[in-house]
Amino acid sequence: MKFTDLHLCVPWDNLEQAKRLVAKSAELGYNQIGVPLPHSLNAEAVDQLRQISGEVGLDFVTRLDLAPRSPDELLIGLRRFRRKFEVVSVLCNSKPVARQAAKDRRVDLLCFRSFDPSKRFFDRAEAELASASSAAFEIDMAQVLSSFEGRSGVGLLSRLRRELATAKSSGVPLVISSGASEPLLLRKPKDYAALTLLFELDEPRALEALSENPSAIVKRSRSKQSAWYVAPGVRLVKTRRDG
Amino acid sequence: MTRIVRRRYLALKVDCEEPLDSRVVSEAVWNAVLRLFGEVGASQAGLYLVKFDEKTHIGVLRCSHKTLPMVRASVASITRIGNAKAAVHVLRVAGTLKALSRKVGA
Repeated sequence: MKFTDLHLCVPWDNLEQAKRLVAKSAELGYNQIGVPLPHSLNAEAVDQLRQISGEVGLDFVTRLDLAPRSPDELLIGLRRFRRKFEVVSVLCNSKPVARQAAKDRRVDLLCFRSFDPSKRFFDRAEAELASASSAAFEIDMAQVLSSFEGRSGVGLLSRLRRELATAKSSGVPLVISSGASEPLLLRKPKDYAALTLLFELDEPRALEALSENPSAIVKRSRSKQSAWYVAPGVRLVKTRRDG
Repeated sequence: MTRIVRRRYLALKVDCEEPLDSRVVSEAVWNAVLRLFGEVGASQAGLYLVKFDEKTHIGVLRCSHKTLPMVRASVASITRIGNAKAAVHVLRVAGTLKALSRKVGA
């Protein structure tokens, strides 16, 4: 089984730390990593990160985290940057943004990072929209791990349990990612799968959320960005020049 | 009639920048199980840190086979040992110490 971590917070401005984090990720058994990058980052820095990942045998995926304040800001962000990144995630800080993100086909991942239950907008309506547009629900395990240090863990686990049940009933794909910014926050894929016991996710689904679901997102995105892509379900197979 | 207790042995690797001994590691595992599953859960787990190598930070933890998922989750949830940041990774799981040492050489 090939594992993907779509949210590895590699410090792109510190190559030494980046190397350590990427090497740890490879050591723990991941095959593909998604690194959130600022949209202003130059191509050289991205190539350097790609090279560091390649050296330890990891497939490097560029990721953009959008945190818009309004649906209009989200649309502008998607229009400007969608084609430059392989994975786009939206941090849903308000209900209008969450709804817009869930119905937009250009959004790959929906993130809800608030500990406050009233600021997590993944309800049935949101799940139905996400299911139709094939956006996935992302669980950030660094947030779950950090919640164990205080009382916020109780609320987060209870909310996650409800959100996962909603996602399951609406057929929204799940993606489990580390969200780790340092090696000590990283765990093996099977350890993450074990941790999901706490929010009643069964092991096969957890492993799917660590392997097949994220890699399908990357595959879909790469095929859309290839020169052969025309429209959903339509690909250029052969040109006259090919003979 | 004797009742056979089925056990599982977990080879653990602790990542921590501070020096560690078996007592603090055992305490961290116990605290994690207690925090997540309470006293009832901890009483069912049959936890025992069989050995811990202070140089390599590799140890062997024993638990009952029924509580293996619970113990794995607890071990993965550890973010601190003592006052230092830490991570505990499960290297392998086996039904006997012999099988475990064959798999990881622990």
